This record gives sequence, C-alpha cells and structure tokens, in this order.
Amino acid sequence: MSGNIWVIAEQRESELKKVTYELIGEGRRLADEVGSKLEVVLLGKNITHLAESIGFYGADKVFVADHEALEKYTTDGYAKVITNLIKAQQPAIVLFAATTMGRDFAPRVAARVGAGLSVDCIELKLDENKSLLCKRPVYAGKALVWEAILTRPQMASLRPNVFRPARRDESHKAEVEKVPVEFAPGEIRTTVKEIIKGATGKVGLTEASIVVSGGRGLKGPENFYLVENLAEVLGAAVGASRAVVDAGWKEHAYQVGQTGKVVTPNLYIACGISGAIQHLAGMGSSKYIVAINKDPDANIFNVCNYGIVGDVFEILPILTEEFKKLLAES
Amino acid sequence: MNIIVCIKQVPDTTTKVRVGKDGKHIDPGGVKFIVNTYDDFAVEEAIRLKERFGGEVTVISMGPERVKEALRMCLAMGADKAIQLWDPAFEDSDPYTTALILSKAIQQLPYDIIFCGKQAIDRDTMSVPVYLAELLGLPQATLVVKLEVDPNARKFIAYRDIEGAKEVIEGLLPAVISTQWKLNEPRYPTLPNIMKAKKKELKELNAAALGLDSAQVGEKGSRVKVLSMELPPPRSKGKILKGDPREVCRELVRLLREEAKVI
Repeated sequence: MSGNIWVIAEQRESELKKVTYELIGEGRRLADEVGSKLEVVLLGKNITHLAESIGFYGADKVFVADHEALEKYTTDGYAKVITNLIKAQQPAIVLFAATTMGRDFAPRVAARVGAGLSVDCIELKLDENKSLLCKRPVYAGKALVWEAILTRPQMASLRPNVFRPARRDESHKAEVEKVPVEFAPGEIRTTVKEIIKGATGKVGLTEASIVVSGGRGLKGPENFYLVENLAEVLGAAVGASRAVVDAGWKEHAYQVGQTGKVVTPNLYIACGISGAIQHLAGMGSSKYIVAINKDPDANIFNVCNYGIVGDVFEILPILTEEFKKLLAES
Repeated sequence: MNIIVCIKQVPDTTTKVRVGKDGKHIDPGGVKFIVNTYDDFAVEEAIRLKERFGGEVTVISMGPERVKEALRMCLAMGADKAIQLWDPAFEDSDPYTTALILSKAIQQLPYDIIFCGKQAIDRDTMSVPVYLAELLGLPQATLVVKLEVDPNARKFIAYRDIEGAKEVIEGLLPAVISTQWKLNEPRYPTLPNIMKAKKKELKELNAAALGLDSAQVGEKGSRVKVLSMELPPPRSKGKILKGDPREVCRELVRLLREEAKVI
C-alpha cells in the first residue's frame, strides 16, 4: 500500500477545472499532515501537457491516462481507468470533485474497490489514527454531519468553491507517469452524442465564484435583463428563485434552492428575492450575500452581509454602472 | 416494458430541521413526510413509458411502515405494484448498502429500465442510482432532463444536466436513469385513483426474503458512518444600507472591494 493521497483531476476540453486546484490544495494539506505524497490522476485526450502545470500546484506525481476514448467524459471510461489504477497503486485517500462528473463516477469506483465514499464534503480532517473524517451538508444545508469512512482506501468528493485552491509555484515539479489504457469494443457502454452549451452563462452556476439571482421582485421575465446585465459586468452566473422558475420566467437550470442548484460562491447577489427557506437552503453557505429588496422586512435581510433596501428597478442599473466603473479602473 | 422506480420518503422541503436526541439524526417530531421531490419525475416518466409502450410499473422503496403511504401515492399516480423493503437490520444503511438492498429486490424481477430521482432531498448524496447501476451491472444516465426510449432497438438517448450545458448520451437498455427536475410535469393523483390504489398489490420483503445477511446491511454493512449532526452557525444580520440609490450603490461597491474583498 502506497498510503499516498490522491486527487482525481477534472478537465473538460483540455482545460483544468478550478475545482481541481481546490482538490490539490486540500490534498497537499492532508499529504503534509500524514507525511505522504500527493499524487494526481489526469484523464483525457491530448492532455499530457497539463501534467507539468499540475506539478506547479504542489503534486509530487501525476498519473496521466491520455487516450482517444477518454476525449469526452464517460462513466465507464473513467471508472475503469481509475479503478485499475487504485487497485495497482493502493492510495490511502482518494479525493474527487463533487461536480456532475465526480458524482457520476466516484460511487462506481468506490463500489469496485470496496471503499466508503463521503460526498459533497465542505471540510476534511484526520483523526488521531490519521483516518479521514468528512463534514458535509444534509437537507440542502439545513444541517451538517460529520462522517467517518470505515474502509481503506477512504474516498471523499469535495464541493466546488469551498476549499482553498493551491498556489502556483513554478519551482515545484511533479514526476509524470503514463498510464496504459485499453478498452475492449463496447466496454464503454454509453456514447456522448453532443454537448449543448448554454443556459446559465459561460460559467456553470455551481462553479461560479459570483452568482447574481433574480426573484419575483423583477415583476416579469422581460425585466430579467437587469440581473443579466449586472452578471455580465461581474463575470457572474445567473440564478433564479423557485417562484420565478415556477412562473415560467426561467428554465429550471437557473433555479437556486433545495430543489434546484446548491451554490457556494464568494459573492451571491439576491435581487428582488424574499428569502424563502427553500431558497436559503440553496445559497445560505455563500461566503458573502448581498440582498436588494424593497421590503425592509424581507427574510433575505436576516442572512445577508450587505443589504440595500430599495427598488431593484432603480438600484440594479446604478449598481451595474458603479461596478463597471470600478472594474474599468482596476 | 417492465419498468422499475426506486423512491424514497423524505421530510417535506418546508421542514425546519432540528437535531434529534441521539445527535446523529433529525428530530422526527412534527415532520411531514413526502415522496422525494425528484422521485415524482421518475414515477411520471415510468408511467408515460407504460402508457406509450405498454407494460408494468413497479415502485420500490426501502423504509419503515410509514413508507407505505409514499408507495400508495405512487400507485395512485398510476404505478401498478409496489414493494416495501424493510427489516430492523436495514436501519442506518449508507448509500451503498441502500443500493445493495434495492438491487436484491430488483434482481427478483424482470426489468427493461430503472428510474430513480437524481438525489433524495434528505441526505443529498446522488450516489444511490450510481451504486445501483454498478451492482446490477448496468449502464447509467444521471441528472436526466429529457429522455428518448426505443424499446425495439433497446436504446435510450438521455439529455443530462451538467455544469452550464446539456450532455446528450446514448446507450443500451436495460439502464438506470436518474431524473432531474423538469424532465416532465408529474401528475397529481386523483381521488378515484387514490381509492383504486388501495386495492393494488403492495408487497413487503425483509432481509431474509432478499437473501441478505444482517451483517451486510444497515449500520453493520455500511462503509460510511454518521458520527454527529449539527446545525450550521446562524448568519448574523449584516449592514443594511438605506437612502439615496447612487450613494448606497457606491457604498456597497466600496464594501465589497475593501471589506469583503470579493470584487
């Protein structure tokens, strides 16, 4: 057993996702605490060049599985390569991203190697036996649990935007090891036909570091541009309350809340949102919350860091302009 | 088509969560239980497939006596049969052992497609559908917002809701499909159908009937164990800005840059 700490990197279209740096940051911290190595597993096609940059962020070794069949993510492709590698190398702890990708294949890997998996974790620690303990939200964040993982290896997936990303240091170099990959015909049982981009802006809601959301205070779908303009200036993702989605102003893909997306950006700006318990469950763990609402008694003001009591129709254009000025200066 | 739907009974979304006496579970006092929100889409999709291609819909749920009420709701929506899986040994099953219990029940049945809600809104793991597919040796499509099924070619095309995009995947049946919001518009059970549902078959299976040893399931069989539950720290009320719109906007921008340092 190598006893090392592993991170499964996430990339799409040969670009490492931000969460990968967060996994490396946390993985490095754990590796230093147990006195083991941090090793990263990278899968894809024509991605070997990314391995060097992963080294700059603190990995001691990068396993690279570079193969035609791994160009697009598939459950079976990823599960097979990672399972075989874990069986051969026997890491002590494996960290995944709690993204739609990580949550789609990590349980397969866990089942195949007989490991326990704690998902969507927001804090990790090691007990006196250097065994992993994981804190994770349940009931959409209305409560938190600490979980113990009773197997070896131990596995956890980490929620994006929560852990501190690793810093780049070009003097740090990682050893790179190529992983042989082979698939029998039909072994990957699903085929990706198409990836249709769109909906919530360039960045996905759950990975965005700023989210601007609109609620019923906007009075109609024709006014949502006020939220979208502000989001564009800030490079933010656009969200919506359940009321707005139920009314058909926005697709469900935009919904933030217990039955929508759970988001944890650095900054969440709620525009004309009252702050129903359903909505708070989806954004209550954001680092900073700004609320703009006409009603001084709106529940959202009880959870915000900064609030503006005012009309969204008046405030949003001015705020957008002020941000534009500030960002033009810096 | 033989269609299976796995559902879970969970606390209603409006539930105010309190930590129970054992410090590991929520206090069930006063909690209203519902069919997990995402499972409604799974049941609806199953019924639509049956209406289109013929066949039978079987709804399965693991849980204590109260789960029968959730199963009856699904029967009233239009499912044909229901199976409740319960044994005191199942208590505190983790997602893996839950999927193991479900898989044993499903292995006793004919099936062409299996639906699950994408996640249960209590534990929020999204893992059970994936474990289930693995244990049954089937492909999967998770987070599905649109589904096309061709029973003759035994093929499916699923549109998956991923970060900032939809991923369209194709595969062969049988498969496990996990359903995301807005896959369809779930129907409400009508009163006559609620009455009819009372006469539909609702079977109970325990650990022995599923060929499971008590050491494999529940807390004993679990690989992940909950040690403690706590409530998140309350957010304190922040600075409220009032007055001239231009002034308050400038002040907010300044605070976000200088105090919060997020811009």
